[in-house]
Amino acid sequence: MSWSGVFSQLLEIVAALLLAPLLTGWVNQCRAWLQNKSAPSLLLQYQMLRKLFHKESVVAEHASPLFRIAPYIVFGCMALASGIIPTLSIDLPLSPAADAIALVGLFAFARVFISLAAMDIGTAFGSLGARREMLIGFLAEPALLMVLFSASLITQSTSLTSVIETLAHREFVIYPSLAFAGVAFTLVSLAENARVPVDNPSTHLELTMIHEAMILEYSGRHLALIEWAASLKLFAYSCIGLTLFFPWGLAEVGSPGEMILALPVLVLKLAIGGALLALIEAVSAKMRIFRVPEFLATAFMLAVIGMLVHFLLG
Amino acid sequence: MMMQAYLIQSVNLFASALLLLSFAMLSQRRILSLIHLFTLQGAALVAATVVVAYVTNQHHLYYSAAITLVTKVIVIPILLHRLIDRLNVKWDVETLINIPTTMLLGILLVVFAFNLALPIAKLSSSIVHSTLGIALACVLLSFMMMITRAKAVPQVIGFLSMENGLFFAATAATYGMPMVVEFGIAFDVLVGMFILGVFMFQIREQFDSLDIRHLEKLKED
Repeated sequence: MSWSGVFSQLLEIVAALLLAPLLTGWVNQCRAWLQNKSAPSLLLQYQMLRKLFHKESVVAEHASPLFRIAPYIVFGCMALASGIIPTLSIDLPLSPAADAIALVGLFAFARVFISLAAMDIGTAFGSLGARREMLIGFLAEPALLMVLFSASLITQSTSLTSVIETLAHREFVIYPSLAFAGVAFTLVSLAENARVPVDNPSTHLELTMIHEAMILEYSGRHLALIEWAASLKLFAYSCIGLTLFFPWGLAEVGSPGEMILALPVLVLKLAIGGALLALIEAVSAKMRIFRVPEFLATAFMLAVIGMLVHFLLG
Repeated sequence: MMMQAYLIQSVNLFASALLLLSFAMLSQRRILSLIHLFTLQGAALVAATVVVAYVTNQHHLYYSAAITLVTKVIVIPILLHRLIDRLNVKWDVETLINIPTTMLLGILLVVFAFNLALPIAKLSSSIVHSTLGIALACVLLSFMMMITRAKAVPQVIGFLSMENGLFFAATAATYGMPMVVEFGIAFDVLVGMFILGVFMFQIREQFDSLDIRHLEKLKED
């Protein structure tokens, strides 16, 4: 492994770490505009993270060590995931380490730990949130796998980088199967990132919340890490979507210079994607929790149909 | 040549949109959204037919696309909107089987239709013959929608959407049916729409509801 490779990998992870809170801030800002509210600052997420890192972290009396290490594990998983996903460049030293299936496993690993930590304290809200999270997770994962498989079927490989390399370099072809996969992926990422039709990211202390119910007991630097990890997850999902369905503008060789050129393209794509996400959130109402299995079953089914259509039409 | 390849691919894309909308209709609970989806399906059908007409240079397909545009995208949706305004049913659609099960059955139907259509599609010389499976799947899905819905209005929409599927099957396999047949079908669908509308008013007058399960009783209790 060359120094340039190591450097480009580091650049990718640092870019993800720095851009992720900005993306969350941008989505919140767009949503506030669409709802005719005065928008919070774009940099609010950074200020919140700084504030939380400076605060003291209070841990419940009965907390086990699991509760303390869970935020680090979740943050580590999300940082690793954003290092594996080709956000800026296709040629990365880390990307052969994990293919699409391992990536889904990485997200599942983080989910298991955050749910265990939520149940660890034994409060009612934590257990409730953890159960709901697992309900959503076990339905969303197969759908996500099917989406990634329908992209893999086109290129005969489950490695994300080679999928994207083939999609970006081959001459432009319209794949009907990817249209299905795109719709399914949108549904899955709304559910996985605790977005409006499934969960509301801006509520605290409501009976309908899922993600916020799990992290209710965290404070200080632990909470900061979890919030940062949530932003990173949104960033990672947006990047998977953008690179699968709009695979243009990535650097082909992992040289730092080319990656810096790819950065504005990524920021532009993320800005458009974030605005669309805010639009979806603004026009849809939160659904009942028992409608969520139906929502995710639809996503799974669309992804499966996408694969079938691929076999039929090629 | 490049252009032609893209056009054929876009027919495939419109065919997939047709199937996607069929599934969306299957999962939809509100009648109003059901009508919007039906209108969109009609529009996708028109687009697919126009592209096939352009690629194969078959002028009569332009006419059939125009007929579809007038009937399926403009007249029938307006009629349906007026119908549900008069009947005052906008929200509730009861299904006999719950929606996730319907979806899973839908996947099985799609697999069945794709397999069934493969040997038939090989016989056809049309450039878009591989989409025959999708057309067949649309027909079967609409058929299932007619079976699983308890109320009269969604059943009528299922019937109309089945006609969309049949029309697309004809376009995919043989570049459309003869003009006379197409006029006949368009007229039939319109007349059928009127008759079913009158029929629905009668059902509601008799039973105070649009649930067709009431029709199964032969005697007054």
